[in-house]
Amino acid sequence: MRMYNADKIIPGLIVFLVLVSLPVWYNMGKAAPVPQPKIDTPVIEKMTVKQCILPKDEMITGHMQLLNDWRTEVVRNGQRIYTAVDGKKYVMSLQNECMKCHSNKAQFCDQCHNYAGLTADATPYCWTCHIAPKENK
Amino acid sequence: MESNRRTFMKIGGLCALGLGALPVVDAFAKLDQPKFSQDPQALVGKKWAMVIDMKKCWEKGKPGCKDCMLACHKYHNVPTIEDEKEEIKWIWTDEHEHVFVGQSNPYTEENLHGKPFIVLCNHCANPACVRVCPTKATFKRKEDGIVMMDFHRCIGCRFCMAACPFGARSFNFRDPRPYIKTELNASFPTRERGVVEKCNFCNERLAAGSLPACVEACKCGALVFGDLEDPKSGVRKLLASHYTIRRKPELGTEPNVYYIV
Repeated sequence: MRMYNADKIIPGLIVFLVLVSLPVWYNMGKAAPVPQPKIDTPVIEKMTVKQCILPKDEMITGHMQLLNDWRTEVVRNGQRIYTAVDGKKYVMSLQNECMKCHSNKAQFCDQCHNYAGLTADATPYCWTCHIAPKENK
Repeated sequence: MESNRRTFMKIGGLCALGLGALPVVDAFAKLDQPKFSQDPQALVGKKWAMVIDMKKCWEKGKPGCKDCMLACHKYHNVPTIEDEKEEIKWIWTDEHEHVFVGQSNPYTEENLHGKPFIVLCNHCANPACVRVCPTKATFKRKEDGIVMMDFHRCIGCRFCMAACPFGARSFNFRDPRPYIKTELNASFPTRERGVVEKCNFCNERLAAGSLPACVEACKCGALVFGDLEDPKSGVRKLLASHYTIRRKPELGTEPNVYYIV
């Protein structure tokens, strides 16, 4: 079998493959470390049972849905108290309740959001209105 | 399987039974779910309203008193923007001929001219702003009649500002945070650029059992807040014993802020 213009096509293909895979080569070994969000805030340290409103796994995967539901309940339905499965009561407020324990926004929120490619103050844009705890200013 | 009327009826009956049992299953499933409720301390009313006794304000209050406005704006992190076109206000003062348009004559002006009238969102029973909002960011709470805003939903179209005949709404033309001169109230959010805001009758304070910030701040008791549906409430007593007026009643928005002048 004979290939026409092989002297141009083969180098061209090589250049193309190198260019296409360049991002992979360029970032080889430079993977961002998997974030380890810290929960060592003073309030949490003092707790005897370190338990959030839901089990940790559910909070990791479902906190956005939970916050969305809380917003709907508080703003639109006027219900402000959340009774967890274990009977504990919480005020449904990101600013006044969540951040009371998780007062380390940079460590607790931003780290994962940045890792997941959510730009700060763009998505989720919680902190353009809600006031972050003082430690992070 | 050969189907006949008898088996068909049996299967149909079973299905109906299953559907009938659905609410029971639901009820059991809900037992273990987290529940949402109100704070037992919350002030509960069916139709919140305010009576503003301007006479009391002028006679008892010190001249130029702005306690109610300062308290409200401090509590809700309202920015102070000097430019009149961009200013944000939840509660402010205006002149008689602007507040009660068409109700003044050359002689009322003699004693009312230049006197400050306290104005805020009227939390109308028939609010124009709610009708025009395309995202339902502004809505009227069924349980207590407060015209509320969900800032999360506001897209900043400003239809509500065009619709409101009382100018009760302000638009954030710029990021308000640098303009908040008072110390930030960390328990209440600020707003961001591109949303509309207005008085919310302190629903967050009512939910925790306290009166609106302006009412609490007024030292001469010129602002009275209460439930119109409760005949024993302070507002009903004032309405029964005084001649009161509302702003632009001819528009039919049915304001819930009443004035004693």
